[in-house]
Amino acid sequence: MLASLEGAVTAAILALTAMGLSIVFGVMRVVNVAHGEFYMVGAVLAWVVASMVGANPVVGFVAALVIAPLVVGLIAMTADKLILQRLAYDPDRTIVATIGLLYIIQQTTLMTFGPDARPVQPPFNTRLSLPWFEWGENGFEMFWPWGLSITSYKLFVIIAACAILTALWLLMTRSKAGLIMRATQQDSETAQAFGIPVGQVYSYVFGLGAGLAAVGAVLVVPIQQAHYLMGHDPLLLSFIVVIIGGLGSLPGTVIAAFLIGMSDGIISVFFSPTLAKIIATLAVALVLVFRPQGLLGRVER
Amino acid sequence: MASIILSTKGLTKSYGGLNANEDVDFELQRGKITALIGPNGAGKSTFVGMISGRIAATRGQVIFDGRDISALPAHERIKLGIAYTFQITSVYAGLTLHENVAIAARRRLGKSGKAVHAKVVSVLQQVGLSDRADQIAGDLSYGHQRVLEIAMGLAQDPVLFILDEPTQGLAETEVDDFVALIKALAGDTTVLLIEHNMDVVMRTADHIHVLDNGRSLASGTPEEIQANKAVQAAYLGTDVDA
Amino acid sequence: MTNAQRSHILHFATIAVLACLFFVLPAYHVGNLSRIMVLAVYAMGFNLLFGYTGLLSLGHALFFATGMYGLGMAMNNFGMAAEPAILIGIICAIVMSAVAGFLALRTTGVAFMIVTLMFAQAGYLTVLYFGAYTRGDEGFVIPQPDRMIAGIDITGETSRYFAALILFAIVFLAIAHLVRSPFGRTLIAIRENEERTKMLGYDTGRHKLLAVIISGTISGIAGAAYALLFGYAGATFATVQYSIFPLLWVLLGGAGTTLGPLIGVAFMFYLIDLSSSITQAYMLIAGVVLVLLTLFAPQGLAGELRRRLFTWLP
Repeated sequence: MLASLEGAVTAAILALTAMGLSIVFGVMRVVNVAHGEFYMVGAVLAWVVASMVGANPVVGFVAALVIAPLVVGLIAMTADKLILQRLAYDPDRTIVATIGLLYIIQQTTLMTFGPDARPVQPPFNTRLSLPWFEWGENGFEMFWPWGLSITSYKLFVIIAACAILTALWLLMTRSKAGLIMRATQQDSETAQAFGIPVGQVYSYVFGLGAGLAAVGAVLVVPIQQAHYLMGHDPLLLSFIVVIIGGLGSLPGTVIAAFLIGMSDGIISVFFSPTLAKIIATLAVALVLVFRPQGLLGRVER
Repeated sequence: MASIILSTKGLTKSYGGLNANEDVDFELQRGKITALIGPNGAGKSTFVGMISGRIAATRGQVIFDGRDISALPAHERIKLGIAYTFQITSVYAGLTLHENVAIAARRRLGKSGKAVHAKVVSVLQQVGLSDRADQIAGDLSYGHQRVLEIAMGLAQDPVLFILDEPTQGLAETEVDDFVALIKALAGDTTVLLIEHNMDVVMRTADHIHVLDNGRSLASGTPEEIQANKAVQAAYLGTDVDA
Repeated sequence: MTNAQRSHILHFATIAVLACLFFVLPAYHVGNLSRIMVLAVYAMGFNLLFGYTGLLSLGHALFFATGMYGLGMAMNNFGMAAEPAILIGIICAIVMSAVAGFLALRTTGVAFMIVTLMFAQAGYLTVLYFGAYTRGDEGFVIPQPDRMIAGIDITGETSRYFAALILFAIVFLAIAHLVRSPFGRTLIAIRENEERTKMLGYDTGRHKLLAVIISGTISGIAGAAYALLFGYAGATFATVQYSIFPLLWVLLGGAGTTLGPLIGVAFMFYLIDLSSSITQAYMLIAGVVLVLLTLFAPQGLAGELRRRLFTWLP
């Protein structure tokens, strides 16, 4: 039970981060290897903002939640304009460029932020004991087993992630912006003929993808710490989620994030985390080899 | 040698609910030039794609030189002596003309660099591209690229040469050269031509096969086809004087 | 003079220059060059698949590490001598490339890149998981007295340099010959237009698998040589970074050229050498170089030379 609650937190963050990767690939057909670094910068900026705001952790956190994703989004949009658009999104060269971007962002952070991990205070953090249900002599009974608890903050993370994903889904399916994004994804040439500024759309989408990762990182940084290498694992996990869920499929990504977040927690309890990662990594590769459309994606014609 | 070099029985290609080709029975006479004609969307390229192995058939058989090749992958069929040119020109745009033709020739002659070179020189001469041998294929005009593709086919010394709309994009004189080239090939090589240019068809074809809506419509000599009312209704219309 | 003759002269001259450099350069640079030559073998293996066949693998560290650990563990855990250990390393590399290639080649393009990346990552994690035998990230040292080939101690500066040079020369000339052969020409054809190549009667699937196997095996040989000559095997060599390096070297030097890999390794080696004395974040240079290269000079140094001046450059 405890494992699955922790797993839910992991899954929530993972869903947000992986969603960013999935949207970018879905609309732009770009595999952004630097995605994990956008995540990391989100966490680092959260620390920066929180330190600057000073005393009150709540204000610091809220400020970080607003500022960090915006800044990361801007960085991403700049990278798109300066580099990726110049390459006309040629697949080989784009991947190489994003690899270069990865090192640039990561190492610049190392140079400015330093190699240490730095903590950020969560805005609230009370321990909540959780009840467990049993069918006893007097009917349904609740009792509070010792050790079964979750912090209010972690609960908040799960709820916040669900809220953001729902908002995202509404954006993609109900709003005009979402329509424009989907149109550009379907057929960018026709979209352009209809007056949609495809270049702008791509920049915004790239920024959105990075921003989502940053939000996930800001949410997670009070639980973990900010560190310049923290983008590595989320990148790999996001890849796994997006591929198993099907590149470009929103519900698929969410379901896969749930599965992987939960199972990562559960498997890590029973087996070593390294073995869990090995299994997950191979699973991704084999899914791509034998069922490239993932669980819910569409087969590329 | 049998007079029929290639035949298909019930060759069909469906995409979901749509039949691009349906139950096509077809026979190709050895050493002759056969033209495959039909309105746009009749399924000509799909049909020829299934013969060459580029497209997997949904059902039906392809028999080449007495042998059922239906299960063979494309490259195996090419090795048996079928050469194929694409409807949309597909050459090696980044390589020289010489290398383009050499790659085509090398599969059969690869053991000897000299033999490959000799073949390239002779073929380029045959199609009139000798002076451009060291140019990059991508720099050529579309018409020249098409001729290059034909050259690549010739370099394989094919038994059956399949050409998908070879004269599309060629200038008048180039078309005349093409007609001469094809007629010179006939006898040793069997030629299967998809064509929209009725002038070329009438000048070169010994035999015409008509497809409409994925099915065989008619088959016969040029005179018979010209006189065929059904064909006229479907396709020829007022394009050619009867 | 024909292009073929020019190429031969260039290749032999390169080897001759490398041999002479031993006598001319100070000891520090001689040591560097030994390292550079072995890594250049790795780069040449990668170049065969990426530069000539057009397949971008993001998991070549898997092959390098397979060779390294194949030899390393044979000597360290099983107490074998260098000669049979070399053979073990090579065999492991062949098997690994065949298996990985067979599976990965069922995908193309982006999927291929991700699958190779995942295989390499799984390999790295496996090395960590069996840390009891492999000593994981820390790695293990292969003691000096064991490192002898045919009675010659290769740990000394001189013998190490010339062992590296001989390995480099063999692989260099072999690849130069391979890419001019019908097989090599077919790989180039596959890179340029795979569909067309199929329709000219070539079994492209078989060719690509062979390319992966040869490429992976050469990379594995480089890994084994590195362990043997420098006496160390560690999990760092199985990380993503060591899959990115050959891409970086080959792009910088010139993909699809014979000299590109060596140029790329040498250039990058000294660039990093210089910048790591300035800052801890020396990989920043790598990142910047990658971005600049892919934006402005995707052909790399030798490639641009070939495009603009020396069209005969192999």
